[in-house]
Amino acid sequence: MSQETILEVNDLRTSFFVEGNEVKAVDGVTFDVPKGKTLGIVGESGSGKSISALSILQLIDSPGKIVGGEINFKGDNLLKYNDNQMRKIRGNQISMIFQEPMTSLNPVYTVGQQLREALKIHRGLGKEAGTEKAVELLELVGIPSPRSRVTQYPFELSGGMRQRVMIAMALACDPELLVADEPTTALDVTIQAQILELLKELQDEFDMSIIMITHDLGVVAETCDYVAVMYCGKVVEYADVNTLFKNPRHPYTVGLLNSLPRSDVDQEELEPIHGTVPAPHEMPVGCRFAPRCPFATDLCHEKLPDLEDIGDEEQVRCWIYTDEWDGDPEVKVYEPEARTTKDQ
Amino acid sequence: MTVYIIRRVLQLIPVLLGVSILVFSLMHLTPGNPAQLMAGESAPPDTIEQIEESLGLNDPLPVQYWDYISGVVQGDLGTSMRYNTPVADEVWPKFKVTLELSIYSTILSIFMGLLAGIISAVRQYSISDITIMIIALFGLSMPNFWLGLMLIQWFAVNLGWFPPTGWEGPSSIVLPVISLGTAGAAIIARMTRSSMLDVISQDYIRTARAKGVKKRVIIYKHALKNALIPVVTVAGLQFGALLAGAVLTESVFAINGMGRLLVDSIIQRDFPVVQACILIIAVVFVVVNLIVDISYKFLNKRIDLND
Ligand SMILES: Nc1ncnc2c1ncn2[C@@H]1O[C@H](COP(=O)(O)OP(=O)(O)OP(=O)(O)O)[C@@H](O)[C@H]1O
Ligand code: SF4
Ligand SMILES: [Mg+2]
Repeated sequence: MSQETILEVNDLRTSFFVEGNEVKAVDGVTFDVPKGKTLGIVGESGSGKSISALSILQLIDSPGKIVGGEINFKGDNLLKYNDNQMRKIRGNQISMIFQEPMTSLNPVYTVGQQLREALKIHRGLGKEAGTEKAVELLELVGIPSPRSRVTQYPFELSGGMRQRVMIAMALACDPELLVADEPTTALDVTIQAQILELLKELQDEFDMSIIMITHDLGVVAETCDYVAVMYCGKVVEYADVNTLFKNPRHPYTVGLLNSLPRSDVDQEELEPIHGTVPAPHEMPVGCRFAPRCPFATDLCHEKLPDLEDIGDEEQVRCWIYTDEWDGDPEVKVYEPEARTTKDQ
Repeated sequence: MTVYIIRRVLQLIPVLLGVSILVFSLMHLTPGNPAQLMAGESAPPDTIEQIEESLGLNDPLPVQYWDYISGVVQGDLGTSMRYNTPVADEVWPKFKVTLELSIYSTILSIFMGLLAGIISAVRQYSISDITIMIIALFGLSMPNFWLGLMLIQWFAVNLGWFPPTGWEGPSSIVLPVISLGTAGAAIIARMTRSSMLDVISQDYIRTARAKGVKKRVIIYKHALKNALIPVVTVAGLQFGALLAGAVLTESVFAINGMGRLLVDSIIQRDFPVVQACILIIAVVFVVVNLIVDISYKFLNKRIDLND
């Protein structure tokens, strides 16, 4: 990595223990978040994006458990922290916003009460100072007439407004890292664009690093600097956003890009990825993507590839890019003429 | 909020009128001549006539109702047939006893129920959870008069810690309140547990944790206030049921309460007293419901003001 990183996740493993079985929801995830930049995490539903994010703040509930790895935040391994130390990080240096603005605010407390909470815990602000800061925060996230909003209850606000309140809450203590788990998925398209725009502005203003979790490559293209593509609890490709869109390496990434709707291609010609995500109990032993991969060989079915560096800031988990590759040496995973760049 | 309370109180008026009409018709819907019923089958005709006269039974029904309701509003509940004294004098002291018994029992139910329910929910599937739920199951399935008998046997007769009967002084109220409050505590414990478990898995609890809020604060501030909403209903119903249903417990502990008065009056066909008891119970029930609704509103501002 050529630049300063704020968060390094190394071989993170989080499992759920249900009825004597271990479901490896996050199975050796590794990625870096460069300081002041946005890392996108993309992948289909169930690939372990949310569990990775919740693991960073150690918000995993039983029957889930972080079973291994390191989460280095500014050089300190958060997994070595006790509950008290972790509480001082949460909502302070690292904060999080969630997918469901409608249910993520407590229905029986006012917006102001909920905003003041983190300010009281981490900054020791009393009621008056807290309210002033709350009004300031609401203004910052573009909520009209913020002073009157402070005494309102969540049900009095629209979904977009609630997500703004969530963002205001997350920003209350000037976090260095914001983890946003599908912050716009539940919102309609215009509101979605406004919220993404807001996050970008706030990032520039506060030099904040962001982890943006999404299954929408459009959101990635718009907001991210780097991208980690997840499949079945593992990162299969990591690259900067331009490289990823211009020259995707992993067949799964290519599949995701090919299923993006485009203006110059008929809907029927879209090539979605065939098959479905394997269920946890029938996880392939080799490459997790092998059953759906058009290039899969015997090697792929038998052995799991590692996440290998293939460039300065690029990593991919696929046999094609290794010396051991036993398929067509000339294989073209991505045909640029079939798809031009994301700008079109 | 004030407007809401005032409106709710005004809404009680038609309800109470309905209740009073029902209570009033009680005497007239009962088959047979009420005066005859009161006086007994072998009463001479002039006694019956006298009763009819004193009760105004020969007037048209609306007039009778008017007399009745205007009396009630002024605190005149009629005259007891049995003792020939004002019903109010008969009913009030007993009502006070039953009300006290119900209030203390409900307080015990709420306090024990909430405490047990919260512990159970927070330590789901732990030994304490399992123990509490087993005790709650016993508490629910045990008839409260039987529990009362057991309590008398152990704590009054064998150990001599409390008097076995009566309603005088603090030590005499302990056993009846426990025997009456246990079932309610069990219901509230189970309700609180399931309600808390439901709330704890909500997104906003995760949000609070992501803010760095302490576990204790999450439970008592963020979760409990939400979890209380269904519990309040149960507690309210519980109170109403206690008030009406303390009869057996009152008998077991030989407490001179309204339950016993009601049963005795029914047996003795003392209709004015029966009417008064039912009216009082109904009014308290309605008022408790109002209090429940208002606490709802207080707990959850989302409840529509126009309800
Ligand atoms: N409470 C749980 N019990 C058992 N398994 C769980 C639980 N929560 C998550 N998992 C497992 O973790 C996997 C990853 O879940 P996660 O929520 O991280 O997916 P995601 O990538 O965020 O998907 P989505 O796009 O739907 O939000 C799931 O497929 C599931 O197998
Ligand atoms: S390792 Fe094999 S199966 Fe897996 S993505 Fe690469 S080519 Fe496909
Ligand atoms: Mg998710």
